Amino acid sequence: MSDPQNPESPSQGRQPVAKTYKMFVGGQFVRSEGGKVLRQENSQGEFLANTVRASRKDLRDAVVGARKALGGWSGRGAFQRSQVMYRVCEVLESRRELFEQSLQRVAGMSREQAQQELDVAIDRWFWYSGWCDKFAQVSGSVNPVATPFFNFTLPEAVGVVALLPSARSPLAGLVSGLAPIVAVGNTAVVVVEQAPTLAVEFAEVIAASDFPGGVVQILTGQRKDLLETVGSHADVDAIQWFGSPGQESANLETLASDRVKRVHLHRDPEPEAWLEDSMQRLDWIDQCVEWKTAWHPRGI
Amino acid sequence: MTKESTSAKFPLVHPIEPLSPAASREESGQGVKDLLFGDLWEYAPAPESSEVSGARDHYGNFIEGQFEDGGERFASHNPATEELLFEVSTADEACVDRAVTAARRALPRWSGLPGVERGKFLYRLGRVIQERSRELAVCETLDNGKPIKESRDVDVPLAAAHFLYYAGWADKLTYAFPGAKVAPLGVVGQVIPWNFPLLMAAWKIAPALAAGNTVVLKPAPTTPWTASRLAEILQEIELPPGVVNIVHGADATGRALVGHSGLDKVSFTGSTEVGKEIQRKLAGTGTRLTLELGGKGANVIFEDAPLDQAVEGIVQGIYFNQGQVCCAGSRLLVQESVHDLVLAKLRQRVATLRVGDPMDKNTDVGALNSAEQRDKVQRLSEIGLQEGASMHQLACDLPEKGYFFAPTYFTEVSASHRIAREEIFGPVLTVQTFRTVKEAVDLANNTRYGLSAGVWSDKGSKLFQVAGAMRAGVVWGNSFNQFDPGSPFGGYQESGFGREGGRHGLRPYLEVRS
Repeated sequence: MSDPQNPESPSQGRQPVAKTYKMFVGGQFVRSEGGKVLRQENSQGEFLANTVRASRKDLRDAVVGARKALGGWSGRGAFQRSQVMYRVCEVLESRRELFEQSLQRVAGMSREQAQQELDVAIDRWFWYSGWCDKFAQVSGSVNPVATPFFNFTLPEAVGVVALLPSARSPLAGLVSGLAPIVAVGNTAVVVVEQAPTLAVEFAEVIAASDFPGGVVQILTGQRKDLLETVGSHADVDAIQWFGSPGQESANLETLASDRVKRVHLHRDPEPEAWLEDSMQRLDWIDQCVEWKTAWHPRGI
Repeated sequence: MTKESTSAKFPLVHPIEPLSPAASREESGQGVKDLLFGDLWEYAPAPESSEVSGARDHYGNFIEGQFEDGGERFASHNPATEELLFEVSTADEACVDRAVTAARRALPRWSGLPGVERGKFLYRLGRVIQERSRELAVCETLDNGKPIKESRDVDVPLAAAHFLYYAGWADKLTYAFPGAKVAPLGVVGQVIPWNFPLLMAAWKIAPALAAGNTVVLKPAPTTPWTASRLAEILQEIELPPGVVNIVHGADATGRALVGHSGLDKVSFTGSTEVGKEIQRKLAGTGTRLTLELGGKGANVIFEDAPLDQAVEGIVQGIYFNQGQVCCAGSRLLVQESVHDLVLAKLRQRVATLRVGDPMDKNTDVGALNSAEQRDKVQRLSEIGLQEGASMHQLACDLPEKGYFFAPTYFTEVSASHRIAREEIFGPVLTVQTFRTVKEAVDLANNTRYGLSAGVWSDKGSKLFQVAGAMRAGVVWGNSFNQFDPGSPFGGYQESGFGREGGRHGLRPYLEVRS
């Protein structure tokens, strides 16, 4: 039997230790409450691993984890948040080989394509990391009102954001969806259907950087199992959805109306399009904030 | 609800009588000095004249620059006298369709105008509103029931200021969002409530037009007057036909408008219930949406607050516009150590409020907008009593006709009471106490809404800390119910999404691509 993690390595009679792909919830790697798994194959159709098929209960647990972490993460200084985010780039760089191999094996990319996707993912995360302590400066305002008041508008985290990321771009797409959410202090619940092993490897990067537990939860499984819970869960404040708008997104929007949830639908473009600078967007940060305006009288 | 009828039914009703100087001295145990208004002097009537209203018998829907005569008619009444004011044409589906088509036709020319030209139209509109402010204020008060001093000093000047403010944005859109390209969205359907009819029309129309969109506006069926006057002004300033269209009617018209497939965007201000219905209706259509919905704002008074100003802020927060304000400070949270003192001061201040003819320039609290609204306020107040809260109501003579409700506050309120959870949209305040900062924040945030909050403390560091912890889109420090066209306004959670006012208020009317 060849090493499912690394088909090129010689076996020479030694059995490698196969990896169990768990989900990442509340800073812990956990199995599913429901015990269901999905068979993952590599791009040649060979068995790669079993990954967790998250249940609705798993999703609710993930929301609990995200809610618990929200106060600490959104309450952190923006500069410190940016430092934590930058650290992800460091860890990603140090694991280049793993991700290049994974992208080839899971997504069927060539070595060059895999390198390019990884470069973009790291640089994009780097771009969003810097926005943590600049977004408020660029997008907030001091408002010159007519009365003697000091009046200003600042962004705040919207809360717990569910992310249904790109199904076409396993790493650049995931990073492009997740970074703008956490940059402004939200906590995230990500439901990954495509390339789940790669998403779990990315969760390991998050775990190895300085993120407090619960800021990012990564669930693997099938969107169709979880969409109703994502849409109707009272403790999910906003949803970032990538795909082809249709019945699935319409159902999600319908369910979300019950709590006046913020739903943002995005077309999931071709994999190459994810590498373009135009997919690096300040307005995606804007979609993950609430604007608070404060008034205070001036006078003696 | 008069003092007599309620007191007979509910032993927990405490009438708030104007204090005589003698009574005031008796209350001095609280350290509260009486304002000595009491019953010492009577106010002479100071009525504003209704002659300037320029009323017509009938207003039609305003489509492509013309008033249409057709359509089934409904009556608009003065809520303070229940007298007929005029009739209005209802817009049916065909009429709404004509309005949307007109807006679509007008779009290329309007969005293609240089920004500075659009800006000059908006500027002229603001100026004409200023010139005709007296008649607009009179119309607003007659149609809505709000005191003339509020329509004169708040609604109309702010409406003009909104047009003047956004006039200046029309030619600066490329500066509004750094690094981004902007474009108008197209045809916008806007539905507004009855509590600030002209002001809400201005909040909706001004940023939409500045951004290059065209508009179909639906005013509330009980307050169609100032929007119709605005239509006359649009003719006067020769705004290109179809850029703003106004359709009248109730729910059916609203549904026809927001469900029209020719819209690129819907903007709604009103109840959370209807907002959810619209969000559900637009699911899967790709039509953009912003919602400005209900609220249950907390007004938090710390022991180190400037208490006299705080009491003014409490009154401003809940009795302004008869409490029919989505951002009203309807939940008073007082630190336990100053509860008795604040309540004694509040009681005294409420005793000075003058309730009655909205056209009287001395009136503080006018009529509620409709019998339906008055009944709702009354029903919720009775529920408050049934749930065991203690009701304090200004003892005053209410006019025999019209939809009046005396200023009221409830004590002995717990967080689970319906009056502390539901938006009453009337002059009814609930009072709760807290001990610690954390408890205050938890109580304030214990709501599905998130529109407004007030924080009172003379300690700046505490004020900013608590303001930051409030889950609300607008936080007033040592003040309440302040508005400005340059100041973004809008809610968290079930109070809606999107902002109106300021640079942020442009965002919902533009395609912004970074």
